[in-house]
Amino acid sequence: MATEAQGAGDGGLVFHPMDQFMVKPLFGAGEVGFFTLTNVTLWMALTVAAIFALLVLGTAGRATIPSRTQSIAELAYDFVRKMVEDVAGKDGLVFFPYIMTLFLFILFANVLGLLPMAFTTTSHIAVTAVLAMMVFLTVTIVGFVRHGAGFLSLFWVSSAPLPLRPVLALIEVISYFVRPVSHSIRLAGNMMAGHAVVKVFAAFAPMIIISTGIGLLVTPLSILAIATIYALELLVAFIQAYVFTILTCVYLKDALHPHH
Amino acid sequence: MASEPQATESASGLPQLDFSTFGNQIFWLLVALVVIYFILSRVALPRIAAVLAERQGTITNDLAAAEDLKVKAVEAEEAYKKALADARTEAQKIVAETKAAIKADLDKANEKADQEIKARTAEGEKALAEIRDGALEAVRDVAKDVTAELVSAMGGKADGRSVSAAVTARMKG
Repeated sequence: MATEAQGAGDGGLVFHPMDQFMVKPLFGAGEVGFFTLTNVTLWMALTVAAIFALLVLGTAGRATIPSRTQSIAELAYDFVRKMVEDVAGKDGLVFFPYIMTLFLFILFANVLGLLPMAFTTTSHIAVTAVLAMMVFLTVTIVGFVRHGAGFLSLFWVSSAPLPLRPVLALIEVISYFVRPVSHSIRLAGNMMAGHAVVKVFAAFAPMIIISTGIGLLVTPLSILAIATIYALELLVAFIQAYVFTILTCVYLKDALHPHH
Repeated sequence: MASEPQATESASGLPQLDFSTFGNQIFWLLVALVVIYFILSRVALPRIAAVLAERQGTITNDLAAAEDLKVKAVEAEEAYKKALADARTEAQKIVAETKAAIKADLDKANEKADQEIKARTAEGEKALAEIRDGALEAVRDVAKDVTAELVSAMGGKADGRSVSAAVTARMKG
């Protein structure tokens, strides 16, 4: 906000597309410590509140014929449950609350982050990396606990010709360890890029104040672009939550049934 | 304050790669996830599961009840059809009985009428015969008288016996 005011004072266009991602203390301007109340805290609290509102307050009626909110809550429940069951199998349902937590957190963080002036917690690699590492560790631990050394057969492609198997095993091991990286960067990258693009177009919008001639063309165009990108971002918010969740289910399937 | 965020930004480039905020983010993320997990696993998911199960139960019950009612409806229809068929048979029986009774009555009445007609006819014929006989007698008497008168008028002497004999012979002829 401060930088925007400064920029307007200079009378030029202001490009700070990355400012929206800055982690700032909510009160005062000190260092960001471990337990400092920051905008991260605020938006994560809002995410939790939104989830609470939908899934707890929305279903408070426990109606046989559901209200609209209850319908949405049931829809989300069925959606994730079916995904877990279809992809990871019946025994994957033990992890349903865990996967539901991931899905709802990412979905609500993504969508709340689309509000103007919002802070998108899932645009930070620190957040998505933790989410991805949690999945990675869960999958690895569950795999070894359930199957012991048999879990390593995941890397030993028994359907391939014998001479190829060591090479394939190496590739499989690398891909296994790259999973959390791609898993986390995909989400954070999508969120960051979309929001940054919106901010860039938004910076062009006040052109009409600076120069009426160019502004007549540029301002409507940039506003149109913001609206379009915003719609796309809404789609991406859902899709990325879905992708993260379904990949979690796929990885979990490897842990539960490592034999191809 | 205006220069402060910029300083942070320029120091680390992308805010995402400002490692000094990682601890804070990770801490609050874990707090949020734990809270969400407990909200879901303790309250929301069991509740939704219960609601869905209850709805499924209600639907199953309703379907079963509907099936029951359908069977009952079919039974009622069968009973109705049976009653209808029974009534029709009964009606036909009654119709046949009534017809037979009426026919018997009619036959009896006909016969009686026939007999009466016959008796009347016989009576009539008898009366007719009597009348015819009476007429013949009268004709004979008239013929005798006329003959006697004719005979006397022609100057003969009418002898009652011969005249009547002649008339009788003529009438026979």
